[in-house]
Amino acid sequence: MEAFGLLLQGFGVLLTWKILALMMVGLILGIFVGVLPGLGGPNGVAILLPLTFTMDPTSAIVMLSCIYWGALFGGAITSILFNIPGEAWSVATTFDGYPMAQKGQAAEALTAAFTSSFIGSLFAVLLITFLAPSVATFALRFGPPEFFAVYLLTFCSFVGLGREDKHKTIISLTLGLLLAGIGMDTVSGQLRMTFGSTELLRGVNFLVAVIGLFGISEILLTMEEKLALRGHTASISLRTVWKVWREMPRYWATLLRSSIIGSWLGVTPGGAIAASFMGYNLAKRFSRDPKSFGTGRIEGVFAPETAAHASGTAALLPMLALGIPGSGTAAILLGGLMVWGLNPGPLMFVEHKDFVWGLIASMYLGNVVGLVIVLTTVPLFAAVLRVPFSAIAPMILVSCAIGAFAIQNAMFDIWLMLLFGIVGYVFKKIGIPLAPFTLALVLGNRAESSFRLSMIGAGGDLTVFWSNPLVGTITTLAFTLLFWPVISALFDRGKRLLLPAKSERSGPA
Amino acid sequence: MTMLTTARFCGAAALALTLATGTASAAWEPTKPVEIVVAAGAGGASDQMARMMQSAIQKNNLMKQPVVVSLKGGASGAEALMYMKGSDGDANRVLIAYSLIYMLPLSAKVPFNWRDLTPVAVIAFDEFVLWVNASTPYKTVKEFADAAKAATPPFKMGGTGSKREDHVLTVLLEKKTGAKFAYLPYTSGGEAATQLVGNHTASNVNNPSENLEVWRAGQVRPLCVFSKERISYKGKVAGDTAWGDIPTCKDQGVDVQYQMLRAMFLPGKVTAEQTAFYEDLFKKVTQTAEYKEYMEKQALKPAFMTGKDMVKFLEEDDTLNKGLMTDAGFVAQ
Repeated sequence: MEAFGLLLQGFGVLLTWKILALMMVGLILGIFVGVLPGLGGPNGVAILLPLTFTMDPTSAIVMLSCIYWGALFGGAITSILFNIPGEAWSVATTFDGYPMAQKGQAAEALTAAFTSSFIGSLFAVLLITFLAPSVATFALRFGPPEFFAVYLLTFCSFVGLGREDKHKTIISLTLGLLLAGIGMDTVSGQLRMTFGSTELLRGVNFLVAVIGLFGISEILLTMEEKLALRGHTASISLRTVWKVWREMPRYWATLLRSSIIGSWLGVTPGGAIAASFMGYNLAKRFSRDPKSFGTGRIEGVFAPETAAHASGTAALLPMLALGIPGSGTAAILLGGLMVWGLNPGPLMFVEHKDFVWGLIASMYLGNVVGLVIVLTTVPLFAAVLRVPFSAIAPMILVSCAIGAFAIQNAMFDIWLMLLFGIVGYVFKKIGIPLAPFTLALVLGNRAESSFRLSMIGAGGDLTVFWSNPLVGTITTLAFTLLFWPVISALFDRGKRLLLPAKSERSGPA
Repeated sequence: MTMLTTARFCGAAALALTLATGTASAAWEPTKPVEIVVAAGAGGASDQMARMMQSAIQKNNLMKQPVVVSLKGGASGAEALMYMKGSDGDANRVLIAYSLIYMLPLSAKVPFNWRDLTPVAVIAFDEFVLWVNASTPYKTVKEFADAAKAATPPFKMGGTGSKREDHVLTVLLEKKTGAKFAYLPYTSGGEAATQLVGNHTASNVNNPSENLEVWRAGQVRPLCVFSKERISYKGKVAGDTAWGDIPTCKDQGVDVQYQMLRAMFLPGKVTAEQTAFYEDLFKKVTQTAEYKEYMEKQALKPAFMTGKDMVKFLEEDDTLNKGLMTDAGFVAQ
């Protein structure tokens, strides 16, 4: 229980008015950053990083990490209210969050999102507190084959467990993989599919695509449906919050599962995005009523939000212990640490105990304070739904455009966003799911390069994906999920063959 | 060459003009926040250096306008190069450049030439070191090379990017030792470092800064530095070893040398006055405590070069890099 004593010391460092005030400022800034589509945690932290140069490292990291927590909380708000993910990892939150808002349960959905975010972070922070050294060693076991197996697992879980037609999921996934190939191929060092255009050099930015596919297409659809934003009779009170909290323990399995998936993918840089999708898909798979997912189930909000937050928080662990950032924001924080003369690495936990434990303590405190702030502002955010659509649509559009521009300061990205808006509209009309497309766009490159690195390393031998228990288990699991519909059908048939008497008897009754 | 002469002529003309108008008007100063453009991802060596300069400028009040760091690491850094190329005349943007300015146009046919930009100052040189996992028995380059020669499948060499400095060094190493490596291009030096610690690769050729922390933790072992002479820093870094204790590869019988520039460039078509402002600014940066501390900590070789000296150096360095890339077969047809 050495960790416990150190943690208490950490709290001692934090409990000053100055640090608490910085924490509040950071959280509120972060929520704003999270709400604006595209601006996002990494950009927010990058913009505000210079502000902290004159502070002492502990105050600085507390403020910056609070911006990060704020952004994690804020990302859910626009997903639920407008079907526009504020952050990439909030895409899966739209699946059930938005239908809930349409049914008039915006406040419930927001409360669910914030609370489950809190639970996810808490789980990951506990993990960091007590298991930091061993978790860090676990991350070291991931080489190219292991990474590829994880990406494969994510893709396969989509095809095998998705609600949509398999062929449509595969169409969507393949198109995403194709677009992910645009730009520099890091393995051969060559440009692909840029056709001499300097704008295409950068490739298709995932966030630009998300803003277009989800945000712009949603505005187009709403316009078609007579300019009405549905579900603006949300009743908001403390009672709503209480109601959601009372319901929560029933979903303990989902919460726990998502926390574990999130922490795992955060530590091995699979990222919050993959975590939120996987959390959602598995919650659906294990649910007694999978068909109701996507129609506004509270569990469909719990699952991705818990996973995304657990992952976002756990991503800080490899950054501190290995110097490898698990997420974009962690990478910017890493830059900040170095400015303050703190080099993250295996010795960080030994040489800078005060700092590390101050940071960990700030994770606890920041999340508690963050939860209180976002919950007290739920009525404010939900009230936005009462504003007429004709007034709010232009604002959303402008905010989307600013977001798309801000990612890389490129005008081209605004056109790209509009184009993706049309693509998203068409996809929704013909029933092609958007999520596999976005997932392929974000993980496509990493999956491809880890596959090719595995092949270079193994001299083209495919058995490398079963070469040790770790990678073998993940790969096998991936294929099991891919063929899950076939496997479960076989199981059912097998059961019927083994128990013919029972089914005969139950038939007429 | 004519382009360069014209540029010089313009510069001279502009200078003459300023002198003619007299010193009554104050020297040029940035009117907007100055953007340091980084041609690499967050947390990499260029980003760290840019943040060091940002904090050195801010803490020592070297400039009235604030500094922002803008990461343009897309397409392995080509994004930053094209961004600078398209910023003609905008003296509020400076690129922190490294060997990619020579290599990327050759390997990926990116339509860029460093002569389109305005060289301001060379501010440091970065070293490369051959590293192995500390749990392996190799203590000298020879032991390592012999083992690599005998190995089937070949040893895996980790590095950053394809057909770039790490890859070139690997090919040079192959040529001098006769061993063959399976080169694995990772996306950052940090990743190459952890992959070596996790035993997923047998070795890497990371910069000192990229492997510093894992070396201090005793997880990797340096075999030699790809440099003419040893690194000058004598302070103990890992246990009781200093950077200066690492032998050169040449002394170890493998004559491979490579040093990488870290230099600042303005976009093309800026005035001589503007260039002079930044030359002065970076000169002051190299005198700050922040810079000195950073150089020692990351085992970089301090340097400062401007004007004709810098252009002469760049031309020589360009020829050298072109030769290496051609020999390695990395020039796109």
